[in-house]
Formats: sequence, C-alpha cells, structure tokens
Amino acid sequence: MVIPNLVGAGLIVIGGGIGLGQIGGKAMESIARQPEAAGKIQTAMIIIGALLEGLAFGALILGA
Amino acid sequence: MNIAQKTTKFLTIAVIALFTTVNFALNSNENNQGKEDGGQVNTKTEISAYIKHHLADSHDFSLFSYTSSEGERKHFGFPLPVIVWTSKGLVTFMSSAFHHNDDGHVIVEKGGLKFAKIHSKIYELDGNATNVAFDETHHATNAHKVLDFSITKSVVGILFAGLLIFLGFSKLARQYKARSIPKGLGRLLEPLVIYVRDEIARPNIGEKKYKKFMSFLLTVFFFIWILNLLGLTPLGFNVTGQIAVTACLAIITMVIYITNGSKDFWAHTLWMPGVPVILRPILAVIELVGFIVIKPFSLLVRLFANITAGHFVVMSLIALMVTMKEAFGPVASTGMSLVLSLFISVIEILVAFLQAFIFTMLSSLFIGMAVEEHEHH
Repeated sequence: MVIPNLVGAGLIVIGGGIGLGQIGGKAMESIARQPEAAGKIQTAMIIIGALLEGLAFGALILGA
Repeated sequence: MNIAQKTTKFLTIAVIALFTTVNFALNSNENNQGKEDGGQVNTKTEISAYIKHHLADSHDFSLFSYTSSEGERKHFGFPLPVIVWTSKGLVTFMSSAFHHNDDGHVIVEKGGLKFAKIHSKIYELDGNATNVAFDETHHATNAHKVLDFSITKSVVGILFAGLLIFLGFSKLARQYKARSIPKGLGRLLEPLVIYVRDEIARPNIGEKKYKKFMSFLLTVFFFIWILNLLGLTPLGFNVTGQIAVTACLAIITMVIYITNGSKDFWAHTLWMPGVPVILRPILAVIELVGFIVIKPFSLLVRLFANITAGHFVVMSLIALMVTMKEAFGPVASTGMSLVLSLFISVIEILVAFLQAFIFTMLSSLFIGMAVEEHEHH
C-alpha cells in the first residue's frame, strides 16, 4: 500500500503544530511567572519556533 | 475632527477599491467563451498555472496582461535582456524577441544559433533543427539548456533593492557629518540598525567580536526585509521566494562562520573533549554535517518556504473572487476575497520583518557558536 504524499504533509503539519503549541504555551507560562524576563523568553521562543519551522518546511518540501 | 476626516478618506478608498474589484469579477466571464487564449483567468487550472508562473522567475517584466476586444493578447510591462553562454560563446538579445511565448513555438535566431523558451528556461536548438520536438513526457528532444546569465525579474528585484539600500543608507551616513540625530528617512533606519546591533549581534556573538560581523548582518537583514516587502507590492517580485537566492544567502553565512571559526570551535567540532574516545569520531561527523549541511539548509528552506507560502496564500485568496463567484455571486465573493487577502497581507508584512529578523538572528547565532572562545580553568 502506498501512502500518498499529502498524508505525510498532513502528519508533518500536525507535528509542527504540536511543537509550536508547546513552545508558545510554555513561553506564555514562563512570561506569566517572570514578566521581567519577557524579552529574553520571547527571543528564545522565536529562535526555537524558527528552528522547528525550518524542520517542518524541510520535511514538507522533501515530501511534497 | 482630523481623525474623522482620515477615516472618511480611508472608507472612500476602501469603497472605490471594492467596486473596482467587483467590476473585475463581473467582467471575468464575458470574454472567455470558446477561446483558447482567454487572457482572463477563469478556471481552477488557469489559476494554479498563473500562481505557478508568478512564483517562478521570468525573463520579462510583465505587470499585467489582458485580451483586447479584438481577441488579441496585450501585455503590459517591459522586456529584459537575455544573456546566455552557448556552444558558440556569449549571446545576448532582448526577451521581447520571444513575444511572451513560453512553450517553445517561437524560435529566435541570433549569432547563428536558434533559441526557444520553454517554461521560462532558454533552450538552444541542436544542429539544423528548425523547431522544437517534444517526446511524450514533454521534454525537448532536439534542444538543450544553456548557461543563463540573464537579467531576469529577480535580478532586477535584487538590483532595485540594492539601489534602495544604497540610497537610503548613504543618505543616513552623510547626515552624521552634520548632525548627531538623523532626520527624515534616517529616523526610520537608525533604530533598525541599533536594533540589529543591540538585540541580534551583541547577545549572540559577544561583546568582543560582534563589530566585525555587523556589516554582513545589517546587509543581510535589510536585503531580505526590503525584498520581502517588495514582494508584497503589485510589482510582483518574488525574489526571496527563489530557492537559488536564499541558498546563496545561506552559503554566504556558512562560509563566514566556517572561515571565522576559532580554535576552540574546531577542537569541539572535530575532537570533542570530555567524551569517551570511541564516541569522538561519531560526534565529529554529526557536528560537521550539522554545520556544513543542516544549518545552512534550514536557513535557506525557512526563508524560501515562508515567502513562497505567503505569496501562494495571497494569490489563492485573490483568486477566490473568481472561483467562488458561481456559489456566492460577484459581490459576496469579491468582498470575501478582499477581506481575507487584506488580512493575510497585513500578516505578511509582519512575516516579512520576522523572516529577515530570524535569518539575521540565526546567522549571528551560528557565527557566535563558531567564534566563541572558551575559558580554560
């Protein structure tokens, strides 16, 4: 049985969505705990988000 | 009072915009009965072909095209020079010689050679062939690709962005001779320069070494940002959505952090201290692949995919006014398309900045990793 590429793309997007949700949620929590560190947390959040996005897009492009 | 006036002005513009687009949607069905080359994009296959055409690079700068009442296809734009390296050396001509043909039917003779354009690629015909023959998979059998150095639409975009950066920043630099605070455009640019320095370069590269890399980081930041913004204008540039452009930017970053790697960086990459000796070669392979392949690849794919996806979504939403017309009627489909594409366009302005920021940020992070020197106790 051949699994179509689109299913793979969907799985990638689901995985990326879970990852981004985790990052965003955790960042929100930590900003709420330590509002004075918001800037640093935001920068770190964006970097991790970008790394994850790169991974997801790479997989999407290789897959589709 | 002032605000009220502005709001009225905005509303008037919005209403005018809405009515002109409704007009477009209403007209789009009329001319297309029984014509092969309808000019107006109507069906779903035409729309996807049009979007693909926009996302790819092209040899002429066409702003828009339409079919006149005589059924003739009119193109609005200007031709760009084609510069190709062929079997007989360098050949140049203007892309208008192809008459906007893109499937190899128009043959251009120049310098004793014959050329055809197939899917935005220039082909040189072999020997005495007079027209391009295709096999069943639509590959040309009697023509081959040539090395293409043409000034394409993307190259024009890059040159235009370069010109804008040069004018803006040379003006800013000259102002510092006369005054300490810039005025005009400089007031916009100075905070961004300071931002790149204080928020991106300093924390990631370190206080001692960041100055050396500032010129690269600033150039790459403004280059990507301005090109992303140009991509949102109706000029139709899609430069940072070309994988070749982003690949070149990523390779430049890679060359910079590889050539500036400190002794500690190479020691930690090739012969990691503090782990069992048997693991060290494995780690060295992983680290080397990471620095030479994976990091540049993620940089180039992120920028390319984000911008391509953005353009794709905006164009698909604009196309909604044609595809949804049957179901919802011209006014509703146009209103929907206008509201959604406006919304996505506003998000794209944010993405344009964010991608420039991320590229610069990750470049400086990788450079920081490479130049860092460890304190040995």
